[in-house]
Amino acid sequence: MSDTQAAQKKEEWVPAGDLQEVKDPEWLFNEAPREQIFITGSEAAREAIRRSNVDIAISYPITPQSETMQQCGYLYDEGYIKEYYRGEEEIGVMSALGGSSRAGVRSLTATSGPGLMRGMEAISSWPGARTPLVLLNMCRVINTPLAIQPDNIEISFLLNTGILHAHAENQQDFYDYSIAAFLVSEEVDVTLPAVVSVDGFFVTHARGNVKLWDEKYKIPPRDGWRSAVPAMDNENPPARISRDAPIQKSNFISYHMHASWQQEVFAAVERSAKYWRKYIGDLIEVVNPDAEEFFVTSGSAVSQAREAVRQEGEKGRNVGLIKVKTTRPWPKLELIAALKNCKRILVPEFNQAGWFHKELCSTMYGHINAEIIGGPRVYGGMTMPTEMLLEWLADTRKKAGEKI
Amino acid sequence: MANTVKRYNVRMAGLGGQGVVTASHIISNAVVISGGFSSLVPFFGSEKRNAPVESYVRISNDEIYEIGEIVYPNVLMIFSAQVITLGKSYTMPFYTGLKQGGEILINNNKPIPFIPDEARELEEKEANIYYLPATEMANDVAGTELATNMAMCGAMAAIFGMPDMNSLEESVKDRFIGKGIVVSGGTAALDSVIEKKFAKKQKLLEANMKTIKAAYQYAIDNKWGAQKDSVDGKPVLVV
Repeated sequence: MSDTQAAQKKEEWVPAGDLQEVKDPEWLFNEAPREQIFITGSEAAREAIRRSNVDIAISYPITPQSETMQQCGYLYDEGYIKEYYRGEEEIGVMSALGGSSRAGVRSLTATSGPGLMRGMEAISSWPGARTPLVLLNMCRVINTPLAIQPDNIEISFLLNTGILHAHAENQQDFYDYSIAAFLVSEEVDVTLPAVVSVDGFFVTHARGNVKLWDEKYKIPPRDGWRSAVPAMDNENPPARISRDAPIQKSNFISYHMHASWQQEVFAAVERSAKYWRKYIGDLIEVVNPDAEEFFVTSGSAVSQAREAVRQEGEKGRNVGLIKVKTTRPWPKLELIAALKNCKRILVPEFNQAGWFHKELCSTMYGHINAEIIGGPRVYGGMTMPTEMLLEWLADTRKKAGEKI
Repeated sequence: MANTVKRYNVRMAGLGGQGVVTASHIISNAVVISGGFSSLVPFFGSEKRNAPVESYVRISNDEIYEIGEIVYPNVLMIFSAQVITLGKSYTMPFYTGLKQGGEILINNNKPIPFIPDEARELEEKEANIYYLPATEMANDVAGTELATNMAMCGAMAAIFGMPDMNSLEESVKDRFIGKGIVVSGGTAALDSVIEKKFAKKQKLLEANMKTIKAAYQYAIDNKWGAQKDSVDGKPVLVV
């Protein structure tokens, strides 16, 4: 807090965060009583941040994320966040956030599509620097022509960076996953940044029921000493000192070192699975496990598929659904086990490229005989009506010569 | 098996500054307060006055899974005639996707002369069209056209036969006096304008509720929607 701002606070002012009680996260997630309220996704994010014992939040506005970091400003004013400022632009914000994480404090930011792309150089440097932090990503179209509606193509750019990534379906997920992300990212054998994505507008600006634990409780603070590696200092040992191969090559790290460093980062992503499970349960949710036809997807497309499954059920047809909660770690074994007996899979997505379909195909290759259909897909911020999913189901059955 | 899932899908279209998104929050919140299920999502571009705005409200007697825009609504609320006459809308023509026998509530003091194709298609859809002079009513009752959205909410509640007036009042309180609802950055700025106009929030609440009630009564008097087959003054839900 700046001196001027601090001077405006009365002497007896106590930051609200100081009055919160630290509780065991597993108790908070699995046992603490929860009250249900009807709020927007941005408000769900605010409530998650309020309970996450955040040290610093750095913002830069971009629709549809702006409301969340604006809400963070209020949290800072109330004393739930210790430090808060607006950066110059996304490269600055993402770089600064990497710095604050290296300094050992719990760090948070949020952005959307184009902002994520702008900050990408710094963002992709986070995992290798082993910086636990949380980025909330409200998905938005990234490509020209300009649009602000949700299209989740930006997630595909995160998949091979070594960042942990959870994809929230709704406001409730956004609350739970965001808090869990801090805890998972700071585990010693993880020590990685985490992104929680959610579809902009459809979730951020829409209201839904969210069950929250009491705001008087917060998760334990980050312990900056608990870390897989010491904070990396590129000007000092061990990252920069030895001029001898194989540690160092010229001024840069040798490829031997870099290769093993990368292997360790991606191994840490896999190790994070056990921690995610502690807070958000299995990494996949399976609806109608004995079905022969399945929708498999993540994010908003899950909600639409859920309704399609319900409407098929009303007509007496058993269609299954698998929701993938974390795309990194990718729940490969769980997916193979859940889909081994099915005969058809539809992969609805909110992007043109079908990144989820590609991920699923490479996982399933050689493991199942089912047809994996890449669609339906909507993009550019378009909605996916349930009717569209039902049409695709009917069409695929027709093509297979089945009676509907 | 549980009762059949009922789904009411409302698409609202209007102009930036008319309170379309706020109206959707108020109706949706009121449904939740009254014990039903509801969700909503707004759709707008840059936040500026007179730019097209849409907002979508889903109402059900069971948990709602679907999200995103409503492509096939049962009900349309048109906050400005310009949505139709000047095409200030994301959905053209404005009734695209309307389900057979759907309801259309339009803010205008007289019927809009549709072009022949529109008139034919609306007839084929067997749409029930209601004209509410919402802006005039807001000016007369609340003394400001800013309450236009309240009149639309009131008429809508009458057409649906829900949410009830107490829940609506709670919802309006939530919006203007209670915890507040984070609608958007632009709306936060507008709020301060409204507050200046109404020195006291209580006055604002009263003016809003009066407008809602006036529009509700207007719909009852004209036997709109659920009021058409009302039994002993109790509306029969539109299905």
